[in-house]
Amino acid sequence: MSNTPTDRRYAKSHEWLKDEGDGNFTIGITDHAQGLLGDLVFVDLPEVGTVVEAGNDCAVVESVKAASDVYSPVTGEVIAVNEALDGAPETINDDAFGNGWMFKVKVADAVESDSLLDAAGYDALIAEEE
Amino acid sequence: MSKQTVLYEKHQAMGARLVPFGGWDMPLHYGSQLDEHHQVRRDAGMFDVSHMTVVDLKGGGAKSYLRYLLANDVARLKESGKALYSCMLNEQGGVVDDLIVYYLNDEWYRMVVNAGTTEKDLAWLDRMSTEYDVTITPRRDLAMIAVQGPNARAKVLPLLSANLQQTGAELKPFNAVADGEWFVARTGYTGEDGFEIMLPGEKAAHFWQQLNDVGVAPCGLGARDTLRLEAGMNLYGSDMDEETSPLEAGLGWTVAWEPEARNFVGRPVLERQRKDPHKKRFVGLVLTGRGVLRNHLKLFEGQQAIGEITSGGFAPTLERSIALARVEADIGETCEVEIRGKRVAAQVVKPPFARNGKATITL
Repeated sequence: MSNTPTDRRYAKSHEWLKDEGDGNFTIGITDHAQGLLGDLVFVDLPEVGTVVEAGNDCAVVESVKAASDVYSPVTGEVIAVNEALDGAPETINDDAFGNGWMFKVKVADAVESDSLLDAAGYDALIAEEE
Repeated sequence: MSKQTVLYEKHQAMGARLVPFGGWDMPLHYGSQLDEHHQVRRDAGMFDVSHMTVVDLKGGGAKSYLRYLLANDVARLKESGKALYSCMLNEQGGVVDDLIVYYLNDEWYRMVVNAGTTEKDLAWLDRMSTEYDVTITPRRDLAMIAVQGPNARAKVLPLLSANLQQTGAELKPFNAVADGEWFVARTGYTGEDGFEIMLPGEKAAHFWQQLNDVGVAPCGLGARDTLRLEAGMNLYGSDMDEETSPLEAGLGWTVAWEPEARNFVGRPVLERQRKDPHKKRFVGLVLTGRGVLRNHLKLFEGQQAIGEITSGGFAPTLERSIALARVEADIGETCEVEIRGKRVAAQVVKPPFARNGKATITL
Protein backbone atom coordinates (compact mmCIF):
# COMPACT_ATOMS: atom_id res chain seq x y z
CA MET A 1 0.00 0.00 0.00
CA SER A 2 1.53 3.31 -1.07
CA ASN A 3 1.80 6.17 1.40
CA THR A 4 2.76 8.65 -1.29
CA PRO A 5 0.53 11.73 -0.87
CA THR A 6 -1.56 12.57 -3.91
CA ASP A 7 -1.72 16.31 -3.15
CA ARG A 8 1.68 17.06 -4.68
CA ARG A 9 4.10 16.20 -7.46
CA TYR A 10 7.47 14.49 -7.53
CA ALA A 11 10.85 14.86 -9.21
CA LYS A 12 12.73 11.81 -10.44
CA SER A 13 15.55 12.86 -8.09
CA HIS A 14 13.15 12.12 -5.17
CA GLU A 15 12.03 15.60 -4.12
CA TRP A 16 8.37 16.48 -3.60
CA LEU A 17 6.74 19.77 -4.56
CA LYS A 18 3.49 20.96 -3.02
CA ASP A 19 1.49 23.85 -4.46
CA GLU A 20 0.35 26.05 -1.56
CA GLY A 21 -2.04 27.87 -3.91
CA ASP A 22 -0.61 31.35 -3.67
CA GLY A 23 2.30 31.04 -6.07
CA ASN A 24 4.30 29.44 -3.27
CA PHE A 25 5.54 25.88 -3.34
CA THR A 26 6.89 23.76 -0.48
CA ILE A 27 9.74 21.36 -1.22
CA GLY A 28 11.12 18.35 0.62
CA ILE A 29 12.51 14.89 -0.04
CA THR A 30 10.32 11.81 -0.25
CA ASP A 31 9.87 9.13 2.36
CA HIS A 32 11.49 6.69 -0.06
CA ALA A 33 14.54 8.99 -0.32
CA GLN A 34 14.96 9.32 3.45
CA GLY A 35 14.72 5.54 3.76
CA LEU A 36 17.55 5.10 1.27
CA LEU A 37 19.71 7.70 3.00
CA GLY A 38 19.24 6.33 6.52
CA ASP A 39 19.48 8.36 9.72
CA LEU A 40 19.96 12.01 8.78
CA VAL A 41 22.36 14.03 10.90
CA PHE A 42 22.79 17.30 9.02
CA VAL A 43 20.77 19.45 6.65
CA ASP A 44 22.21 22.41 4.75
CA LEU A 45 19.40 24.64 3.47
CA PRO A 46 19.51 27.53 0.97
CA GLU A 47 19.38 31.07 2.34
CA VAL A 48 16.12 32.95 2.25
CA GLY A 49 16.21 35.38 -0.67
CA THR A 50 18.36 33.27 -2.96
CA VAL A 51 16.99 32.24 -6.33
CA VAL A 52 16.99 28.52 -7.00
CA GLU A 53 16.70 27.05 -10.47
CA ALA A 54 14.77 23.98 -11.47
CA GLY A 55 17.09 20.98 -11.67
CA ASN A 56 19.96 22.62 -9.80
CA ASP A 57 21.24 21.48 -6.42
CA CYS A 58 20.36 23.95 -3.71
CA ALA A 59 20.43 21.97 -0.44
CA VAL A 60 22.28 19.04 1.09
CA VAL A 61 21.08 16.27 3.36
CA GLU A 62 23.72 14.21 5.14
CA SER A 63 23.04 10.86 6.70
CA VAL A 64 25.34 9.04 9.08
CA LYS A 65 27.26 7.71 6.12
CA ALA A 66 26.87 9.98 3.10
CA ALA A 67 25.98 13.42 1.78
CA SER A 68 23.32 13.83 -0.88
CA ASP A 69 22.34 16.87 -2.95
CA VAL A 70 18.77 18.10 -3.06
CA TYR A 71 17.60 19.58 -6.37
CA SER A 72 14.91 22.22 -6.62
CA PRO A 73 12.04 21.01 -8.81
CA VAL A 74 11.15 24.64 -9.67
CA THR A 75 12.73 28.01 -10.38
CA GLY A 76 11.97 30.80 -7.93
CA GLU A 77 13.00 32.74 -4.86
CA VAL A 78 13.40 31.01 -1.51
CA ILE A 79 10.95 32.67 0.88
CA ALA A 80 11.25 30.36 3.88
CA VAL A 81 13.38 27.48 5.14
CA ASN A 82 12.57 24.92 7.82
CA GLU A 83 14.95 26.11 10.51
CA ALA A 84 13.74 23.44 12.92
CA LEU A 85 15.71 20.90 10.83
CA ASP A 86 18.98 22.47 11.95
CA GLY A 87 18.66 21.00 15.42
CA ALA A 88 16.54 18.01 14.42
CA PRO A 89 17.44 16.67 10.97
CA GLU A 90 15.86 13.34 11.96
CA THR A 91 12.48 15.05 11.50
CA ILE A 92 12.90 14.19 7.81
CA ASN A 93 13.28 10.50 8.71
CA ASP A 94 10.19 10.65 10.89
CA ASP A 95 7.92 12.78 8.72
CA ALA A 96 9.38 13.44 5.26
CA PHE A 97 6.09 14.62 3.75
CA GLY A 98 5.03 16.81 6.70
CA ASN A 99 7.20 18.38 9.40
CA GLY A 100 10.29 17.37 7.42
CA TRP A 101 9.65 19.97 4.68
CA MET A 102 12.83 21.78 3.67
CA PHE A 103 12.13 25.13 1.97
CA LYS A 104 9.44 27.21 0.26
CA VAL A 105 9.87 28.88 -3.09
CA LYS A 106 7.88 31.75 -4.65
CA VAL A 107 7.44 30.93 -8.29
CA ALA A 108 7.08 33.83 -10.76
CA ASP A 109 6.08 31.87 -13.85
CA ALA A 110 3.97 28.76 -14.26
CA VAL A 111 5.71 25.60 -13.05
CA GLU A 112 7.17 23.56 -15.87
CA SER A 113 5.51 20.37 -14.83
CA ASP A 114 6.36 18.10 -17.75
CA SER A 115 9.24 16.44 -15.95
CA LEU A 116 7.34 16.06 -12.66
CA LEU A 117 5.40 12.95 -11.69
CA ASP A 118 2.13 12.46 -9.87
CA ALA A 119 1.93 10.06 -6.92
CA ALA A 120 1.16 7.04 -9.10
CA GLY A 121 3.97 7.93 -11.48
CA TYR A 122 6.40 8.29 -8.59
CA ASP A 123 5.33 4.97 -7.07
CA ALA A 124 5.96 3.36 -10.46
CA LEU A 125 9.42 4.97 -10.57
CA ILE A 126 10.49 3.63 -7.18
CA ALA A 127 9.03 0.21 -7.96
CA GLU A 128 11.20 0.21 -11.08
CA GLU A 129 14.32 1.21 -9.12
CA GLU A 130 13.80 -1.62 -6.66
CA MET B 1 28.98 -12.47 -6.97
CA SER B 2 29.20 -11.55 -3.30
CA LYS B 3 29.67 -14.22 -0.66
CA GLN B 4 27.22 -14.73 2.17
CA THR B 5 28.01 -15.63 5.77
CA VAL B 6 26.17 -18.46 7.55
CA LEU B 7 24.03 -15.77 9.20
CA TYR B 8 22.74 -14.34 5.91
CA GLU B 9 19.23 -15.73 6.34
CA LYS B 10 19.08 -14.45 9.92
CA HIS B 11 19.99 -10.98 8.67
CA GLN B 12 17.24 -11.09 6.06
CA ALA B 13 14.71 -12.32 8.61
CA MET B 14 15.70 -9.53 11.02
CA GLY B 15 15.15 -6.84 8.40
CA ALA B 16 18.76 -6.04 7.53
CA ARG B 17 19.61 -3.75 4.67
CA LEU B 18 22.34 -5.83 3.02
CA VAL B 19 25.17 -4.18 1.08
CA PRO B 20 28.35 -5.42 -0.61
CA PHE B 21 31.39 -5.10 1.64
CA GLY B 22 34.84 -6.63 1.08
CA GLY B 23 33.41 -9.24 -1.27
CA TRP B 24 30.51 -10.13 1.06
CA ASP B 25 26.85 -9.20 1.37
CA MET B 26 26.72 -7.72 4.86
CA PRO B 27 24.13 -5.91 6.98
CA LEU B 28 24.50 -2.12 6.86
CA HIS B 29 21.79 -1.69 9.48
CA TYR B 30 18.55 -3.33 10.62
CA GLY B 31 16.48 -0.14 10.56
CA SER B 32 18.42 2.60 12.30
CA GLN B 33 22.18 2.86 12.40
CA LEU B 34 21.95 5.50 15.14
CA ASP B 35 19.79 3.33 17.39
CA GLU B 36 22.24 0.45 16.93
CA HIS B 37 25.15 2.72 17.86
CA HIS B 38 23.43 3.84 21.08
CA GLN B 39 22.40 0.27 21.87
CA VAL B 40 26.08 -0.75 21.94
CA ARG B 41 27.20 2.26 24.01
CA ARG B 42 24.34 1.81 26.52
CA ASP B 43 23.45 -1.91 26.61
CA ALA B 44 24.56 -4.65 24.19
CA GLY B 45 24.62 -5.20 20.45
CA MET B 46 25.91 -7.96 18.19
CA PHE B 47 27.73 -7.91 14.87
CA ASP B 48 28.20 -10.69 12.37
CA VAL B 49 31.94 -10.53 11.66
CA SER B 50 32.11 -13.91 9.97
CA HIS B 51 33.37 -12.20 6.82
CA MET B 52 36.68 -11.69 8.58
CA THR B 53 39.13 -14.56 8.31
CA VAL B 54 40.47 -16.65 11.15
CA VAL B 55 43.88 -18.12 10.33
CA ASP B 56 45.60 -20.77 12.43
CA LEU B 57 49.40 -20.85 12.42
CA LYS B 58 50.85 -24.06 13.76
CA GLY B 59 54.25 -25.66 13.98
CA GLY B 60 57.62 -25.43 15.69
CA GLY B 61 58.50 -22.36 13.62
CA ALA B 62 55.26 -20.43 14.20
CA LYS B 63 56.74 -18.09 16.81
CA SER B 64 59.89 -17.18 14.90
CA TYR B 65 57.81 -16.79 11.72
CA LEU B 66 55.42 -14.32 13.37
CA ARG B 67 58.30 -12.42 14.95
CA TYR B 68 59.58 -11.84 11.40
CA LEU B 69 56.16 -11.26 9.82
CA LEU B 70 54.65 -8.73 12.25
CA ALA B 71 55.74 -5.26 13.39
CA ASN B 72 54.59 -6.03 16.92
CA ASP B 73 56.40 -8.82 18.76
CA VAL B 74 54.55 -12.04 19.60
CA ALA B 75 57.32 -12.85 22.06
CA ARG B 76 55.41 -10.49 24.37
CA LEU B 77 52.66 -13.12 24.53
CA LYS B 78 53.42 -15.52 27.33
CA GLU B 79 50.06 -16.64 28.73
CA SER B 80 47.78 -18.84 26.66
CA GLY B 81 44.93 -16.82 25.15
CA LYS B 82 46.72 -13.48 25.26
CA ALA B 83 46.03 -11.24 22.24
CA LEU B 84 48.18 -8.69 20.44
CA TYR B 85 47.21 -6.07 17.84
CA SER B 86 49.74 -5.67 15.06
CA CYS B 87 50.36 -4.41 11.58
CA MET B 88 51.76 -6.72 8.93
CA LEU B 89 54.09 -4.65 6.75
CA ASN B 90 55.54 -4.93 3.29
CA GLU B 91 59.23 -4.31 2.60
CA GLN B 92 58.52 -0.60 2.00
CA GLY B 93 57.05 -0.28 5.49
CA GLY B 94 53.47 0.00 4.15
CA VAL B 95 50.65 -1.82 5.88
CA VAL B 96 49.55 -5.06 4.17
CA ASP B 97 46.89 -5.49 6.86
CA ASP B 98 46.19 -4.90 10.53
CA LEU B 99 45.21 -7.88 12.62
CA ILE B 100 44.86 -9.48 16.03
CA VAL B 101 47.04 -12.45 16.86
CA TYR B 102 46.30 -14.78 19.78
CA TYR B 103 48.86 -16.97 21.47
CA LEU B 104 47.58 -20.44 22.34
CA ASN B 105 50.89 -22.23 22.87
CA ASP B 106 54.41 -22.13 21.43
CA GLU B 107 53.29 -24.09 18.40
CA TRP B 108 49.86 -22.56 17.85
CA TYR B 109 48.92 -18.96 17.16
CA ARG B 110 45.65 -17.72 15.70
CA MET B 111 45.15 -14.47 13.81
CA VAL B 112 42.10 -12.62 12.55
CA VAL B 113 42.53 -10.59 9.35
CA ASN B 114 40.24 -8.26 7.41
CA ALA B 115 37.70 -9.58 4.92
CA GLY B 116 38.61 -7.47 1.92
CA THR B 117 42.31 -8.25 2.27
CA THR B 118 42.02 -11.98 2.94
CA GLU B 119 43.26 -13.34 -0.40
CA LYS B 120 46.14 -10.88 -0.50
CA ASP B 121 47.01 -11.66 3.13
CA LEU B 122 47.02 -15.42 2.60
CA ALA B 123 49.31 -15.04 -0.41
CA TRP B 124 51.62 -12.82 1.67
CA LEU B 125 51.58 -15.20 4.65
CA ASP B 126 52.51 -18.02 2.30
CA ARG B 127 55.26 -16.05 0.57
CA MET B 128 56.88 -15.02 3.86
CA SER B 129 56.76 -18.55 5.29
CA THR B 130 59.24 -20.38 3.06
CA GLU B 131 62.04 -20.41 5.65
CA TYR B 132 59.84 -21.45 8.56
CA ASP B 133 58.27 -24.63 9.90
CA VAL B 134 54.71 -23.34 9.98
CA THR B 135 51.36 -24.56 8.66
CA ILE B 136 48.92 -21.82 7.68
CA THR B 137 45.25 -22.79 7.78
CA PRO B 138 42.38 -20.39 7.07
CA ARG B 139 39.46 -21.50 9.27
CA ARG B 140 36.57 -20.94 6.89
CA ASP B 141 34.56 -23.42 8.95
CA LEU B 142 34.33 -20.88 11.80
CA ALA B 143 31.79 -18.09 12.13
CA MET B 144 32.50 -15.05 14.29
CA ILE B 145 30.08 -12.90 16.28
CA ALA B 146 31.09 -9.77 18.20
CA VAL B 147 28.87 -8.92 21.19
CA GLN B 148 29.68 -5.46 22.49
CA GLY B 149 28.40 -3.07 25.13
CA PRO B 150 28.36 -2.60 28.91
CA ASN B 151 25.91 -5.52 29.34
CA ALA B 152 27.40 -7.72 26.63
CA ARG B 153 29.37 -10.11 28.82
CA ALA B 154 26.52 -10.63 31.27
CA LYS B 155 24.17 -11.49 28.41
CA VAL B 156 26.60 -13.81 26.62
CA LEU B 157 27.94 -15.88 29.52
CA PRO B 158 24.75 -17.85 30.40
CA LEU B 159 24.54 -19.01 26.77
CA LEU B 160 27.99 -20.61 26.79
CA SER B 161 29.09 -24.11 27.83
CA ALA B 162 29.54 -24.64 31.58
CA ASN B 163 33.26 -24.62 31.04
CA LEU B 164 33.25 -21.33 29.10
CA GLN B 165 30.84 -19.72 31.55
CA GLN B 166 33.51 -20.01 34.18
CA THR B 167 36.64 -19.31 32.14
CA GLY B 168 34.85 -16.60 30.12
CA ALA B 169 33.74 -14.77 33.26
CA GLU B 170 37.34 -14.61 34.45
CA LEU B 171 38.77 -13.34 31.17
CA LYS B 172 40.80 -10.15 31.36
CA PRO B 173 40.63 -7.62 28.51
CA PHE B 174 42.54 -8.69 25.42
CA ASN B 175 42.55 -12.35 26.45
CA ALA B 176 40.79 -15.36 25.02
CA VAL B 177 39.83 -18.85 26.05
CA ALA B 178 38.96 -21.91 23.96
CA ASP B 179 36.63 -24.85 24.55
CA GLY B 180 36.64 -27.30 21.67
CA GLU B 181 35.93 -25.27 18.53
CA TRP B 182 34.45 -22.38 20.52
CA PHE B 183 36.84 -19.51 21.12
CA VAL B 184 35.81 -16.55 23.28
CA ALA B 185 37.93 -13.38 23.30
CA ARG B 186 37.42 -10.25 25.38
CA THR B 187 38.21 -8.00 22.44
CA GLY B 188 36.28 -5.74 20.10
CA TYR B 189 36.18 -2.81 17.71
CA THR B 190 33.74 -0.46 19.44
CA GLY B 191 35.44 1.00 22.51
CA GLU B 192 33.06 -0.98 24.72
CA ASP B 193 33.56 -4.10 26.80
CA GLY B 194 32.41 -7.38 25.29
CA PHE B 195 33.37 -10.56 23.53
CA GLU B 196 34.31 -11.69 20.07
CA ILE B 197 33.22 -15.29 19.73
CA MET B 198 34.43 -17.76 17.13
CA LEU B 199 32.28 -20.84 16.80
CA PRO B 200 31.51 -23.62 14.33
CA GLY B 201 29.58 -22.18 11.40
CA GLU B 202 26.68 -24.60 11.83
CA LYS B 203 26.10 -23.37 15.41
CA ALA B 204 26.08 -19.67 14.51
CA ALA B 205 22.43 -19.14 13.52
CA HIS B 206 21.14 -20.75 16.71
CA PHE B 207 23.55 -18.77 18.89
CA TRP B 208 22.63 -15.52 17.07
CA GLN B 209 18.96 -16.22 17.78
CA GLN B 210 19.69 -16.99 21.45
CA LEU B 211 21.53 -13.70 21.78
CA ASN B 212 18.62 -11.85 20.18
CA ASP B 213 16.22 -13.58 22.56
CA VAL B 214 18.09 -12.20 25.59
CA GLY B 215 17.93 -8.67 24.21
CA VAL B 216 21.17 -8.30 22.29
CA ALA B 217 20.29 -6.12 19.30
CA PRO B 218 21.62 -7.01 15.85
CA CYS B 219 23.85 -4.19 14.58
CA GLY B 220 25.24 -3.52 11.13
CA LEU B 221 28.45 -2.27 9.59
CA GLY B 222 27.19 1.32 9.79
CA ALA B 223 27.13 1.36 13.59
CA ARG B 224 30.35 -0.65 13.65
CA ASP B 225 32.02 2.17 11.72
CA THR B 226 30.74 5.05 13.88
CA LEU B 227 31.60 3.11 17.06
CA ARG B 228 35.14 2.38 15.96
CA LEU B 229 35.62 5.96 14.75
CA GLU B 230 34.52 7.35 18.14
CA ALA B 231 36.85 4.83 19.79
CA GLY B 232 39.71 6.20 17.66
CA MET B 233 40.37 2.83 16.04
CA ASN B 234 41.82 2.70 12.55
CA LEU B 235 40.06 1.18 9.57
CA TYR B 236 42.24 -0.62 7.07
CA GLY B 237 41.91 0.84 3.57
CA SER B 238 40.83 4.24 4.90
CA ASP B 239 43.29 5.21 7.63
CA MET B 240 46.19 3.13 6.37
CA ASP B 241 47.07 0.94 3.42
CA GLU B 242 50.10 -0.42 1.58
CA GLU B 243 51.31 3.12 0.84
CA THR B 244 51.11 4.21 4.49
CA SER B 245 53.53 3.54 7.30
CA PRO B 246 52.06 2.69 10.72
CA LEU B 247 54.08 5.66 12.03
CA GLU B 248 51.93 8.01 9.91
CA ALA B 249 48.68 6.26 10.87
CA GLY B 250 48.88 6.70 14.64
CA LEU B 251 50.05 3.13 15.08
CA GLY B 252 53.61 3.73 16.28
CA TRP B 253 52.58 2.20 19.61
CA THR B 254 52.06 -1.16 17.88
CA VAL B 255 55.61 -1.33 16.55
CA ALA B 256 57.94 -3.27 18.88
CA TRP B 257 61.38 -1.65 18.47
CA GLU B 258 62.91 -3.75 21.25
CA PRO B 259 64.76 -6.05 21.03
CA GLU B 260 66.82 -4.20 18.44
CA ALA B 261 68.12 -7.48 17.07
CA ARG B 262 64.66 -8.63 15.96
CA ASN B 263 64.40 -8.20 12.21
CA PHE B 264 60.86 -7.85 10.93
CA VAL B 265 59.53 -7.08 7.48
CA GLY B 266 59.70 -3.33 6.85
CA ARG B 267 61.92 -2.55 9.84
CA PRO B 268 64.75 -0.75 7.98
CA VAL B 269 62.28 1.69 6.39
CA LEU B 270 60.51 2.32 9.70
CA GLU B 271 63.84 2.95 11.45
CA ARG B 272 64.57 5.75 8.97
CA GLN B 273 61.07 7.24 9.26
CA ARG B 274 61.24 7.11 13.02
CA LYS B 275 64.03 9.71 13.00
CA ASP B 276 62.32 11.97 10.45
CA PRO B 277 61.03 15.09 12.26
CA HIS B 278 58.82 15.95 9.27
CA LYS B 279 56.89 12.71 9.18
CA LYS B 280 53.16 13.18 9.17
CA ARG B 281 51.06 13.03 12.31
CA PHE B 282 47.76 11.24 12.79
CA VAL B 283 45.24 13.24 14.79
CA GLY B 284 41.60 13.50 15.68
CA LEU B 285 39.38 16.37 14.55
CA VAL B 286 36.14 17.67 15.97
CA LEU B 287 34.13 19.92 13.68
CA THR B 288 33.18 23.10 15.53
CA GLY B 289 31.35 24.64 12.54
CA ARG B 290 28.35 23.20 10.71
CA GLY B 291 28.48 20.12 8.51
CA VAL B 292 29.82 16.59 8.49
CA LEU B 293 33.44 15.57 8.05
CA ARG B 294 33.99 12.97 5.34
CA ASN B 295 36.87 10.85 4.07
CA HIS B 296 39.35 12.70 1.81
CA LEU B 297 38.27 16.24 2.75
CA LYS B 298 41.25 18.61 2.67
CA LEU B 299 42.56 20.52 5.68
CA PHE B 300 44.01 24.02 5.74
CA GLU B 301 45.72 26.54 7.98
CA GLY B 302 45.12 29.81 6.16
CA GLN B 303 46.13 29.17 2.55
CA GLN B 304 48.42 26.31 3.53
CA ALA B 305 47.19 22.79 2.77
CA ILE B 306 48.11 20.74 5.84
CA GLY B 307 46.50 17.36 5.44
CA GLU B 308 43.55 15.16 4.67
CA ILE B 309 40.80 13.34 6.52
CA THR B 310 41.23 9.57 6.36
CA SER B 311 37.96 8.66 8.17
CA GLY B 312 35.21 11.09 8.94
CA GLY B 313 31.61 10.99 9.97
CA PHE B 314 28.99 11.84 12.52
CA ALA B 315 29.64 10.74 16.10
CA PRO B 316 26.30 9.81 17.66
CA THR B 317 27.66 9.75 21.23
CA LEU B 318 29.06 13.27 20.87
CA GLU B 319 26.33 14.54 18.53
CA ARG B 320 29.07 16.18 16.52
CA SER B 321 31.10 15.35 13.49
CA ILE B 322 34.55 13.88 14.07
CA ALA B 323 37.38 12.54 11.96
CA LEU B 324 40.79 10.94 11.90
CA ALA B 325 43.28 12.79 9.73
CA ARG B 326 46.85 12.64 8.48
CA VAL B 327 48.46 16.05 8.83
CA GLU B 328 51.76 17.93 8.67
CA ALA B 329 53.92 17.60 11.78
CA ASP B 330 53.53 21.27 12.78
CA ILE B 331 49.71 21.49 12.82
CA GLY B 332 48.32 23.74 15.55
CA GLU B 333 45.29 23.29 17.80
CA THR B 334 42.77 24.26 15.14
CA CYS B 335 42.45 24.06 11.38
CA GLU B 336 39.87 24.51 8.64
CA VAL B 337 38.19 21.84 6.58
CA GLU B 338 37.03 22.50 3.05
CA ILE B 339 33.44 21.24 2.73
CA ARG B 340 31.77 21.85 -0.64
CA GLY B 341 33.97 24.86 -1.33
CA LYS B 342 33.50 26.45 2.09
CA ARG B 343 35.98 26.57 4.97
CA VAL B 344 34.64 25.22 8.26
CA ALA B 345 36.49 25.36 11.59
CA ALA B 346 37.71 22.20 13.34
CA GLN B 347 39.59 21.51 16.53
CA VAL B 348 42.57 19.15 16.64
CA VAL B 349 42.28 16.54 19.41
CA LYS B 350 43.89 13.33 20.54
CA PRO B 351 41.69 10.26 19.92
CA PRO B 352 39.76 8.39 21.25
CA PHE B 353 36.63 10.53 21.16
CA ALA B 354 34.41 8.20 23.19
CA ARG B 355 34.79 4.94 25.09
CA ASN B 356 32.77 2.97 27.62
CA GLY B 357 29.62 4.96 26.97
CA LYS B 358 31.16 8.40 27.48
CA ALA B 359 32.91 11.15 25.59
CA THR B 360 36.66 11.15 26.29
CA ILE B 361 37.39 14.58 24.88
CA THR B 362 36.42 17.97 26.25
CA LEU B 363 35.86 20.95 23.99
